[in-house]
Amino acid sequence: MSETPLTPRAGEQNALLRFLDSDILYSFRQSKLTMLAAAVTASYFLIALFSPWIAPQNPFDLAGLNLLDSLTPPSWHPDGVPEFPLGTDDQGRDMLSAIMYGSRISLAVGFASVAFAATLGISLGLISGYVGGAVDTVIMRIADIQLTFPSILIALLIDGTVSGLLPSVAREDTAFWVLTFSIGLSFWVQYARTVRSSVLVEKDREYVQAARLIGLKPLTIMARHVLPNVLGPVLVIATINLALAVITEATLSFLGVGIPVTQPSLGTLIRIGNNFLFSGEWWITIFPGVALAILVLSVNLLGDWLRDALNPKLR
Amino acid sequence: MLAFMIRRLLQSILVMFVVALIAFLLFRFVGDPVNQMVGIETSVEEREALRERLGLNDPVLTQFVRFIAGAAQFEFGISYQFKRPVAQMISERFPATLELSIMSAIFALLVGIPMGVYTGLKRDAWLSKIFLTVSLVGISLPTFLIGILLIFLFAVQLQVLPSFGRGEVVKLGFWSTGLLTTSGLKALILPSITLGLFQMTLIMRLVRSEMLEVMRTDFIKFARARGLSRRAINFGHALKNTMIPVLTITGLQLGTVIAFAIITETVFSWPGMGLLFLQAVQNVDIPIMAAYLMLIGFLFVLINLIVDLLYVMVDPRIRVDSKQAL
Amino acid sequence: MSAPILSVKNLVVEFPTRRGILTAVDEISFDIAAGEVLGVVGESGAGKSLTGAAIIGLLEPPGRVAGGEIVFDGRRIDNLSEEQLRSVRGSRIAMIFQDPLTSLNPLYRIGEQLIETILTHIDMSPSDARKRAISLLDEVGIPAPETRIDAYPHQFSGGMRQRVVIALALAGEPDLVIADEPTTALDVSVQAQIIQLLKRLCHERGMAIMLITHDMGVIAETADRVAVLYAGRIAEVGTTRELVHNPQHPYTSGLMSSIPSMDGDSDRLVQIPGSMPRLTAIPDGCAFHPRCSRSLERCHLERPDEFTVNQSRVACWLYDKDAPHD
Repeated sequence: MSETPLTPRAGEQNALLRFLDSDILYSFRQSKLTMLAAAVTASYFLIALFSPWIAPQNPFDLAGLNLLDSLTPPSWHPDGVPEFPLGTDDQGRDMLSAIMYGSRISLAVGFASVAFAATLGISLGLISGYVGGAVDTVIMRIADIQLTFPSILIALLIDGTVSGLLPSVAREDTAFWVLTFSIGLSFWVQYARTVRSSVLVEKDREYVQAARLIGLKPLTIMARHVLPNVLGPVLVIATINLALAVITEATLSFLGVGIPVTQPSLGTLIRIGNNFLFSGEWWITIFPGVALAILVLSVNLLGDWLRDALNPKLR
Repeated sequence: MLAFMIRRLLQSILVMFVVALIAFLLFRFVGDPVNQMVGIETSVEEREALRERLGLNDPVLTQFVRFIAGAAQFEFGISYQFKRPVAQMISERFPATLELSIMSAIFALLVGIPMGVYTGLKRDAWLSKIFLTVSLVGISLPTFLIGILLIFLFAVQLQVLPSFGRGEVVKLGFWSTGLLTTSGLKALILPSITLGLFQMTLIMRLVRSEMLEVMRTDFIKFARARGLSRRAINFGHALKNTMIPVLTITGLQLGTVIAFAIITETVFSWPGMGLLFLQAVQNVDIPIMAAYLMLIGFLFVLINLIVDLLYVMVDPRIRVDSKQAL
Repeated sequence: MSAPILSVKNLVVEFPTRRGILTAVDEISFDIAAGEVLGVVGESGAGKSLTGAAIIGLLEPPGRVAGGEIVFDGRRIDNLSEEQLRSVRGSRIAMIFQDPLTSLNPLYRIGEQLIETILTHIDMSPSDARKRAISLLDEVGIPAPETRIDAYPHQFSGGMRQRVVIALALAGEPDLVIADEPTTALDVSVQAQIIQLLKRLCHERGMAIMLITHDMGVIAETADRVAVLYAGRIAEVGTTRELVHNPQHPYTSGLMSSIPSMDGDSDRLVQIPGSMPRLTAIPDGCAFHPRCSRSLERCHLERPDEFTVNQSRVACWLYDKDAPHD
C-alpha cells in the first residue's frame, strides 16, 4: 500500500470494491435478523416518503376529522371499527395515519440532522487534520469537552438557547430546523475524529507531497483520497447516529421542546397520548411508542451488523 | 503520578472554564435580564438604575469575573419564573436527583456485570442470545418510552407501584431522603429501572466485549496452559482485567445518568433538578439553566477526576511507573 | 533411545472456513524421548505452533484435531475432556509462548501468579508455596528473588520476564515443556541466555522440551533431534548432527545452506527460490515440488512416503529404492 501511490480513481474504486466485497454480502445473507431489519427499515423509509398518498387519512386536515370518532379503540376491540385499525385520538384522528405521518417527520429530522452532523464533522475533521497547529488544538479541545457531556443534554441546551433567542411567535415554524440544528450539532465529534485521524495518515503520503509540488491544492486532493477511505466508518457512525437522532428527536418532542403538536412526530404523539394513559386510552401512546421502538431497533440492528461486517476483528 | 494528577486537574479546570463561559454567555446575552426582572410599567430610568446596580454596564470581562466568583459561592441570582434564589431551589431538589441516580447506577452495575460476564464466557448459550437481544431492545427504546411502558404495566394495569412522585420523604437536616420509608422505596423502583436500563445494557455489552477481548490474550492462554482452574481464569484473571474499562465507563456514565434524569423525572413527575431544568428550558429561565449547567459540569469534572484516581488504584502500571518517574 | 514421553501419530489439524476446510497440520508423526530436546523448525505457517497447541489442547476454535493421536506417557490425551486436560496441563505438560510481555497478567504480582500456579498443582501451604516460588525464581536466574517476587510484570525487562514465564511453566513440575518461539521476541543478546537456561533446566530436571522455532541457529545449539516442517507436513526428522551436516531432504539442504555458517563460508549462501504455498493452495504431490531443483515426475502427482536414510526419516521420493530409475 505504502509504495504504490493510489490515483484518486483507484482509491474510489477500492472503497467501492471493499464495500461490495463478498464478505459483506455474505455476512448480510448469513444473518436473517439483519435481513429482517433491512426490510423493516426500508418499509419505514417508503411509508415515510409516501405517507401523504398511502395514509388512509390526512391527520393534519382538521376539516377531515370528526370529533364523534374521537377515542375509538383499535379495531379488534369490541368498540372498535374497521375504519380505524389502530383507533383514534381525542381529536378523532386515525392513529395509523398519524403514525405514518409521524414517522415521516421523525425520519426527516433524523436524516437532516445526521446529514448536518456528518457535513460539519467531516469538514472540521479535514481542516483540523490538514491545518494542524492551533486550529487543530482548538477544534479537538472543543470536541473533547463536548464528548464529556451526553449529546441529549447538549441538544436540549442548544434547543433552549436558540428558542430563547427567537421570538416566541416564530418558534412553531422554526421548530423543525432548530431541532435539526441542535441534534446535528451534538453529533459532529465522532465524524471529525474519524476523518482527522485518516487525514493524519494520508498527509505524509507521497502523492500529497507530489500534488503540492505541481501546484495542486493538496486539500482537494486529500479530500478525494481521505473520503473514500473513511466511507466505511462514516457509514457506520451515520447509521447508528440515525437511530440516535430519531431517539433524541422523540425525546425532545416528548419533553415538549421539539416538534409542536400541529405537525406531530412520533415523540409528540407519545407525549399527547401519555395524558390518556391513566384514563384507559392506552393505544394513543402505546402504538406510536411501539412504532418508534421498532424503527430504532431495526436501524440499530443494521448499524451493528454494518460495524461488525466492516470490522471483522471486532467479532 | 503527581504530574499525571496535575495534568488532569488542569484539564478539569479548562473544562470548567469553558462551561462557565457558556453559562455566562447564556446568562448575559440570551434575553435581557432586566426585562425579565421588572414589570412593563417600570420606567426607563428605573431600568437603567437597576442595570447599573446589577453591574450590567460594567465591561464584559468584569462581569464574567463576577459571575465566576458568584458561581464559586453557588450564587446564581434569582429565577425569572419563580422569583426565588436559584441556589435555594436547586439545593432543595438535589437530593431527589442524586438518590435516583445512585439507585439506578447500582441497579445497572448489579445486573449488568453478571449478565456481561455470562454472555462473554458462554457466547453460544441460548441464555446469552436472549440477554443480547434484550440488551439491543434496551438500547433501542428511548428512556421515556421505557418509563411509559413500565407505568402502563405496573401502575395502570397491575397497580402495584406508584407512577409519580417520591412517596413519603424523611428530612435529615437539609437532606430529604426517600430511602427510609416503604412508600419512598417503592416510588424509587420504576424510575430507577427506567433510568438504569440503558446503562445496564451498556455495561453488559461492555463487560461482554472486554471479556471476549481478554479471553483472547496471551496471558489467559498461558494461564490455561498452566492448568489453572476455570474459575481462577474467568474470575481472577479475566474479570479483573475487564474492570479497568468498566470502571471508567461506569464512572463517566454516572454523569450521563444525572443528565438523563431529566427525562426520567419528567415521566415520573420526580421532583428533582432535571425537572426544574426542563421547566427552565421551556420558559427560558436563564439563571436556572446557567446554574444547572455549571452544577452538571462540575459533577462531570469531579466524576472524571475520581475515575482517574480509581484507575490509578486498580492498574499498577500507572501507579508504579509514575512512582519511578518521581 | 528410551521409551518416548510423547508420541504424535498422524496428527491432523483442520480449520473449517466458509471457503472449505483448511488442513494446517497434515499427518504429522514424531516422538519425544524423556529428557530430550526436540527442535521443530519451519517457516511461519508451516504448522509448528498449531502442533504445539494441539498437544496441550489449546487450539483456538474453530481449529480442531481432525485425525491421528497424541500419546503422552502411555496415555492418549487428544480425546480428553477439558476437565481431564487441565490435570495434564501445567503438571505434566507446560507451554511457553513467544512474547513474555503479554504472557503475564499485568495486574498481578509475579509472586501471586507463581503461588497460584503452584497451589493448583501441588498440595502445600501458602507459605511453603511462596518459598517454592522464590526458589523457582532463583533457579531461572532472577537476582534477589526474595524481593523481586513482589514486583509486577512491567517492572521486569523482556529477558527477565521470559525467565519468570519459564519459572511459571516449571511451577507444576512438568515432564515436557513446549516452548513456542521462546526467544523470538527478545534482544539477540538475551536470546542466548534464555536458550542456555532452557538447556540447563532440561539437564538438571530431566525434562523434555519441544522447542518450536524458525531459527536454525537456536536449533543447532540446543536440540538433540530436529523435525523439519513444510506446509503442515514433516519433511525430515533426524538427529541435529545428522541434519546439519548431512541433510537429506532438498528443503532441509536449502534451509541449511541459507544459514550463514560460522566459518565465514559465505559464498555458499543460497536462497530457495519461491515461497511456501498458502494453506489454500497446496499443490498436489509433494508440497515442496514447485520449489525443488531435484523434483521428479512423480513428485507432481504422489505425496511422498517416508524413507529412512542413515538415521533420519525423510519424506522424499528421491530415496525410494524400489522406484524404477531411468
